[in-house]
Amino acid sequence: MADTKQAAAAVSGEELPKAQSPVKQFVKKFLRRKTAVIGLLFIIFILIIAVIGPHITPYDPNEYDYGAILAGPSAKHIWGTDEFGRDVFSRIVAGTQLSLGTALTASVLGTAVGVVLGLIAGFFGGLVDSFIMRVCDVMFAFPGILLAIAIVAIIGPGITNIMIGVAVFTVPSFARIIRGAVLEVRGELYVEVAQSIGCKPMRTMFVHIFPGTMQALIVNFTMNVGGAILSASSLSFLGFGASVTQAEWGAILSQGRNYLAIAPHLVLFPGLVIFLTVLAFNLFGDGLRDTLDPKLN
Amino acid sequence: MAETLLEVKDLTTQFKRGKKDWITAVSGVSFQVRAGEIVGLVGESGCGKSVTSLSVMRLHSKDTTRISGDIVLGGKHVLDLSDKEMQSMRGNDVSMIFQEPMSALDPIMRIGDQLAEAITLHTDLSKDEVHKRSVAMLKSVGIPEPEMTLKNYPHELSGGMCQRVMIAMAMSCEPKLLIADEPTTALDVTIQAQILALMEQIRRERNTGILLITHDLGVVAEICSRVIVMYAGHVVEEAPVDELFKHPQHPYTQGLIASVPRLGRRVHRLPSIPGSVPDLAAMPDGCRFAPRCKYAQEECRATDPALVKIADDHTCSCLFSEKEREEMLAHE
Amino acid sequence: MSNVKSEPLLSVRHVSKRFPVGKSFFGRANKFVHAVNDVSFDVMPGETFSIVGESGCGKSTTSRLINRLIDPNEGEVYFDGQEISKLPAKEFRPLRAKMQMVFQDPYGSLNPRMKVQDIIAEPLLVHTNLSAGERLKRAQELLGVVGLSPTHGERYPHEFSGGQRQRIGIARALSVNPKLIIADEPVSALDVSIQAQVLNLLRDLQEEYDLTYLFISHDLAVVEMISDVVAVMYLGHIVEIAPNEELYGHPSHPYTQALLSAVPVPDPDVKKEHILLQGDLPSPTNIPAGCPFHTRCPLATEKCKTETPKPHTVGERHTVTCHYPEKTV
Repeated sequence: MADTKQAAAAVSGEELPKAQSPVKQFVKKFLRRKTAVIGLLFIIFILIIAVIGPHITPYDPNEYDYGAILAGPSAKHIWGTDEFGRDVFSRIVAGTQLSLGTALTASVLGTAVGVVLGLIAGFFGGLVDSFIMRVCDVMFAFPGILLAIAIVAIIGPGITNIMIGVAVFTVPSFARIIRGAVLEVRGELYVEVAQSIGCKPMRTMFVHIFPGTMQALIVNFTMNVGGAILSASSLSFLGFGASVTQAEWGAILSQGRNYLAIAPHLVLFPGLVIFLTVLAFNLFGDGLRDTLDPKLN
Repeated sequence: MAETLLEVKDLTTQFKRGKKDWITAVSGVSFQVRAGEIVGLVGESGCGKSVTSLSVMRLHSKDTTRISGDIVLGGKHVLDLSDKEMQSMRGNDVSMIFQEPMSALDPIMRIGDQLAEAITLHTDLSKDEVHKRSVAMLKSVGIPEPEMTLKNYPHELSGGMCQRVMIAMAMSCEPKLLIADEPTTALDVTIQAQILALMEQIRRERNTGILLITHDLGVVAEICSRVIVMYAGHVVEEAPVDELFKHPQHPYTQGLIASVPRLGRRVHRLPSIPGSVPDLAAMPDGCRFAPRCKYAQEECRATDPALVKIADDHTCSCLFSEKEREEMLAHE
Repeated sequence: MSNVKSEPLLSVRHVSKRFPVGKSFFGRANKFVHAVNDVSFDVMPGETFSIVGESGCGKSTTSRLINRLIDPNEGEVYFDGQEISKLPAKEFRPLRAKMQMVFQDPYGSLNPRMKVQDIIAEPLLVHTNLSAGERLKRAQELLGVVGLSPTHGERYPHEFSGGQRQRIGIARALSVNPKLIIADEPVSALDVSIQAQVLNLLRDLQEEYDLTYLFISHDLAVVEMISDVVAVMYLGHIVEIAPNEELYGHPSHPYTQALLSAVPVPDPDVKKEHILLQGDLPSPTNIPAGCPFHTRCPLATEKCKTETPKPHTVGERHTVTCHYPEKTV
């Protein structure tokens, strides 16, 4: 025994370069992508606002100031006021929680269901796969927002129902992405090796295949949050979501629309915040994808 | 002595890595290829043999590569040529064939069109003459039904057939020098034997000089007349083929030859070289082979040995002679 | 070979495998790749049995059929006295502990997201009740056995060179003390100097642990170095089986002779006469009638075109599937 050990060790007597943890390498590579870092910083900023927003607004978001109705931006109200004299800046800051929360919850929900369906379809294949994918195809045939409107129209308006509506049209795209990723990873040699070692199918699926799809999952989730913010805002804008009294980005924008000609700031500022937030998520998602993709390194 | 077709002097090729980093893939490489000889350029993966050939062809992207030294091909200094002049050199003076014949051919173009393209690029033959020339070329590389093959797409041919087509394309403008980068590595042994025989026939009939890049010492012994051994971006030894196999001087060459399993020489254990090839970005100081060399001394880790002439036609880059190394072992 | 017992460890009997290609409009396969055709051989305990042949000859498929990564269409496989080709997956899975594989591609065969020690210990996790601590200890021990440092267990596969990764793959195969190791082109992806290291390691391990190898390779020189018995495959058929010295010394099948003559020898003094085979390998979807080799065989007669030859025994464990086993090219 000792003899073999020595002989073998002598043959391969070489030192490995210093270990670098995969996380450290990832962070280093990610930091090189400046637009993605800016996106991430903005997301962190928005998340902080979402948490502490209601406590830091200069005014109560629902406080009426009849002395300043539809006032433009000024030192007193930096983003102006609406038709009831409510401070737009305060409403947007306070509404961050609701808008972002809706989008994130909807994305998590839709992604979770989509991932489960995608894993089942990709791993088992055959009839199950065909069935799941055909259902997804049918759902894809509707424009997403129309599908969400239809769902909300059926189950009634309200924030919770918007979440469900947005989540539902997230499902098929994730099912398809995850299925594709599963099929790709399933073709890897190490998955065949797992089988040859004697791993049971469930172990192969969760230990060897699923982690391989995480990259696609994380990247698409990030991008999807941007889309979900937009969809949720659109539904609110169309009057399916938050009630007029609730501070929510889409709802604020929707009300402002009536006064577009005389008070453009009512549309401009919520629109800008939505735009920047969606952009930040997309930039961050792009950066993540480029960093994780081995072909681009 | 036969005409010198290619002369490489002190070639150094560097690649850009990251924003400012340059890594050196080959450095100080010098050699010649003369008409009518097959020169083997041997080494393991990462030794710089392919980089050398691509530098000669100037096939690297300009933005990410720095090449210095001198490459004289057909009397012209390759590194000073404009892109256009270089373009006309390729095909006319020098051609190249690659390891993966399948992927070197355009998958959506018929063989005939690809061959015609190669011919018309460098000649002003009429359509008819081009066709005749194509048929003749395919026949000369041993393709049984040239007319049929011209109408085929690459995927309809086997790997061996594709490599024959590649050779036909490379030879279509009768270049004096052919660079073959692992031309038989992707092929089976029986097909390899056919392709090697074809290359030998081309050399004999047309007096073409061939630079054969390979990792396979068997192929080298089979058809090369002279061998250049590379290790970690340096030439470590150069000698005529008989001399190299019978009296290898560099410890790396010796180790390499000994570690190849050889038909008819049944051994229980193969002699092997410990460790593995160093990373290009972290080359050891001094002799690059020192970390794996059983003779390595303090000096080896400090001084990078130059290529020294030890006999006519035989150069080697080791600080110690064979005799000195033997004495070293005897002392220990 | 002194400890060879009379009972084979692995016995393959008339195994065939067809893969469907191309589908008719109604989804029924109308063409088949005949990857493995009526293949039979015995592997004795403690020996290295090699299957050698060119790409597409069915050698890799054969190894996968034995390991049940794919199931044969016909034939039986006996392992350790038990018929295994028709066992339900559940009953076959525990047997995998006795039959581990080493793969060609050292880059693809290790899960890039797992630590090396977890990769090596995975078969133990699947097949034994050892605790996590015991598995780790065994993994570190195995790293030492294959010539790596036990401290390397914390690393990920991408930090290792090709040769080192192949050592990791071998350590994984050894972890459950298998009887048989199926090594599918284990050194083909490696550089020459590394190839020698890994071959020596396989040799040492065989002596140390009494292993039986089924060794798949296209490299005749490597096979000669490591094998006791060699089977030569052509187009899904075994054309010759013989003990090492017999096969390399007195090859009987014309294909074996051509194959051996085509191997370049790294010695310029050996100027061999090559038997240059005409043409290419026929397509495995359309295997020639009669002897599969007759389209390229320099000795082929009318009989070879119509009649499929049967294996002739020409010596101890030496069979040739040719109508004219006594003729040479």
